[in-house]
Amino acid sequence: MADTATHGHATATGISNAKLGMWVYLASDCLLFGGLISTYLLLRHRSVSGLTPAEIFDIPFTSVSSFVLLMSSLTMALAVASITRGDVRANRVWLATTALLGATFIGGQVYEFTTFYREGLGFTTNIFGSAFYTLTGFHGAHVIVGIVMLMSLLMMSVRGNLGPERRDAVEIVGLYWHFVDIVWILIFTIVYLIP
Amino acid sequence: MAIIERPSDALALPSAGDGPHNALGVFARPRAKTGWRAWVSTVDHKRIGIMYGASALFFFVIGGVEALAIRAQLAAPDQKLLSADLYNQVFTMHGITMIFLVVMPMGAAFMNYFIPLQIGARDVAFPRLNALSFWTFLVGGIFLNTSWFLGGGADGGWFAYAPNTGVAFSPSHGMDFYALGLQITGIASLIGGINLVVTVLNLRAPGMSLMKMPVFTWMSFVTQVLLVFAIPVISVALFLLTFDRLFDANFFDVGQGADPLLWEHLFWIFGHPEVYILILPAFGIVSEIIPVFSRKPIFGYPFMVFSGIAIGFMGWGVWAHHMFASGLGPISVAAFSVSTMFIAVPTGVKILNWMATMWGGKISFTTPMLWAIGLVAMFTIGGLSGVTHAVAPADTQQTDTYYIVAHFHYVIFGGALFGFMGGFYFWWPKVFGYFLDEKLGKVHFWLTLIGFNLTFGPQHILGLQGMSRRIPTYRDGYGFNFWNMVSSIGAFIIAFAMLLFFVNIVRSKRKASQLPPPGPDPWDARSLEWSIPSPTPEHNFDDDPIVTRLDDFWYRKYQEDENGNIVQVATGEEAAMPGDPSRSHLPAPSYWPLVVSIGFPFVGYGLIYNLALSAVGAALILGGIVGWALEPPDDEDLPPHGHDDHGDPSGAEAAALEQGEPEAEVAAIGEEVTVDG
Repeated sequence: MADTATHGHATATGISNAKLGMWVYLASDCLLFGGLISTYLLLRHRSVSGLTPAEIFDIPFTSVSSFVLLMSSLTMALAVASITRGDVRANRVWLATTALLGATFIGGQVYEFTTFYREGLGFTTNIFGSAFYTLTGFHGAHVIVGIVMLMSLLMMSVRGNLGPERRDAVEIVGLYWHFVDIVWILIFTIVYLIP
Repeated sequence: MAIIERPSDALALPSAGDGPHNALGVFARPRAKTGWRAWVSTVDHKRIGIMYGASALFFFVIGGVEALAIRAQLAAPDQKLLSADLYNQVFTMHGITMIFLVVMPMGAAFMNYFIPLQIGARDVAFPRLNALSFWTFLVGGIFLNTSWFLGGGADGGWFAYAPNTGVAFSPSHGMDFYALGLQITGIASLIGGINLVVTVLNLRAPGMSLMKMPVFTWMSFVTQVLLVFAIPVISVALFLLTFDRLFDANFFDVGQGADPLLWEHLFWIFGHPEVYILILPAFGIVSEIIPVFSRKPIFGYPFMVFSGIAIGFMGWGVWAHHMFASGLGPISVAAFSVSTMFIAVPTGVKILNWMATMWGGKISFTTPMLWAIGLVAMFTIGGLSGVTHAVAPADTQQTDTYYIVAHFHYVIFGGALFGFMGGFYFWWPKVFGYFLDEKLGKVHFWLTLIGFNLTFGPQHILGLQGMSRRIPTYRDGYGFNFWNMVSSIGAFIIAFAMLLFFVNIVRSKRKASQLPPPGPDPWDARSLEWSIPSPTPEHNFDDDPIVTRLDDFWYRKYQEDENGNIVQVATGEEAAMPGDPSRSHLPAPSYWPLVVSIGFPFVGYGLIYNLALSAVGAALILGGIVGWALEPPDDEDLPPHGHDDHGDPSGAEAAALEQGEPEAEVAAIGEEVTVDG
């Protein structure tokens, strides 16, 4: 990740290349989700047949899985805090917890998708189905990428390659993870809560 | 400078006996400095820039042949050279090729090569990602063009309005190649954009604040910011289209309640910033050329910069002027009409500043200067016809006629491409160490200018006469015959002129050995890239330059005397920086970016034909990423940097070092080197 030409020398902004790169990427990702959310908002009530949002959503269930994902932001922050202190063991615990919470959320999404499918809402059933699965699917893919990054950090840590000097790497994964969480807050509100 | 005095076998790599480092046990760490291995594994921004340029010229030939096919078909009424179906494919692929595979990568070539040089950096922020960006673009372009051999190219026009591009109306795989191919080149642009944004923000040399950056770097920076925000929007549109076409989603199925305006909005929210992505790098290039050959600083530097930024912002608020004929309603049309007129203001500021730069200057009409002036003139024509589109009632008349075709060729060909041609002639000696022939270059310019105006000037008239774009032919007696013939003749003149450009490259290369080398500063120029030898040494700068003002290099050559007259205090040769290159540190080359990028077209073919291929592609991408992650960015078998004998003893670089030796030695003794060691 420290793929830089400057080699840890001071950069002009004082922010490391990798971290600034992540910020720029996340700015770009805002527009990706912006496009997907706009598409969903435009299409959700335009189905001519099949199930509608109101008929299918199980808001209590999704609230619980949303809560799980939000808690993973807390554990991610604790992971960054622990590596800053130099507490490698605590860091490992919090990274693993974050990944586990993320995986729980994904498990919830898989359960939700299969339930919806069994109830009769497939990807091709109607325009709401296409828009819903695409938007939430893209978010799920982002969470999975985040879990892979967390697991990579955990592997590095177990091998002894993740000390306080690589705090930046944990922080960058943290930036990504928090971003994905914030996007979920938007999606949960817009897709599930606003009728 | 011990490095040069020692016999070269003393510089053998310390671990040469143990064999080089193997990442994943697949590839030996690439060490070649020359030959194809050096090129496919390079992470050097200069080589990547050259490869971008070469690929863009290659696709330019393909797109040019497509253009000639179009003009041959339309030269006379009722021709049957191309069937209507083939004609659809040819004009669509011509547009896609010229925009995504020629103008964008040509801009990327200049930006890759010159941003680090102009800001005084050794490389970009993420050298391996830079290589990934290039290879991904290249495989994406090849992927798009293989559609010709696999059932036909895309046929829905470059903006591919869905639902017209759904399976029902475009049953061949052409549009699948379009959606997936542009997705791949989009990944390339996004990676490149992130890389160069971080490069400009983070790798500026000491003292180079944002407002001391050359205008080219500024315009490139705005371009890259636009890319970062525009690419994900078209990615969404392309995903939706792909899902519709390949997985039976319903996004653009009107029978299922879809809104046909969705694609148009998504596409043009990307598409209009894209227009500025195409033109701003060329604006930057002429902003470098005009001051040099007018012997004056750029007029109104802050206005130049802020008008570029203003274009970057306002470019997001005008997209619906592409959709005036789609029934948006009077309020939207009025709003976008006004915003479109407004965006002409910062563009006009640029035009006036270029003219004010030339005003009263000692202009020398070299080939690069001719191209730059050509851009100013041609872009002004294109810009003015653009303002006529902003007037919604007039636009309703012009929409989908040849008037539009004329307009965007005046801005993209007469603007962007003229700028790039000027850039080629301007920077060729810096990149390759020899001049392109001036006489042939001038013939190239004048022939292109004449051919260009013959081709696209008459299309204004054809458009206002009512000839619609994208029709494969027209009837005798419509009154279109004469101007179409003129236009076709012009197109072949352009083709001949471009042939001269390639001849010029070959001939100048051959003659180069008999001519004196250009030296670091052949044009008596102003920005930092001219303070280093030509061709640029692998490590760019011997020492990190220290910048105190805009046009710093020029002020090292010229100062005011007590009467306020400008006097030369040093030649370019003297002002060029001598230094101690042995402290420079370069990122190690890698094969992994190439491996990752080759995975993308496999995924694409797999989605179209057989998912097993996608699995192969995904395996290549994931395996490539793992190999990449496990391979350290630095070659640990080379001595650590800062080490006394670090440096590259082989090949061209050693020669460059030897040339610079006397001055370098003096400087190394006289100065304390504080940088990058």
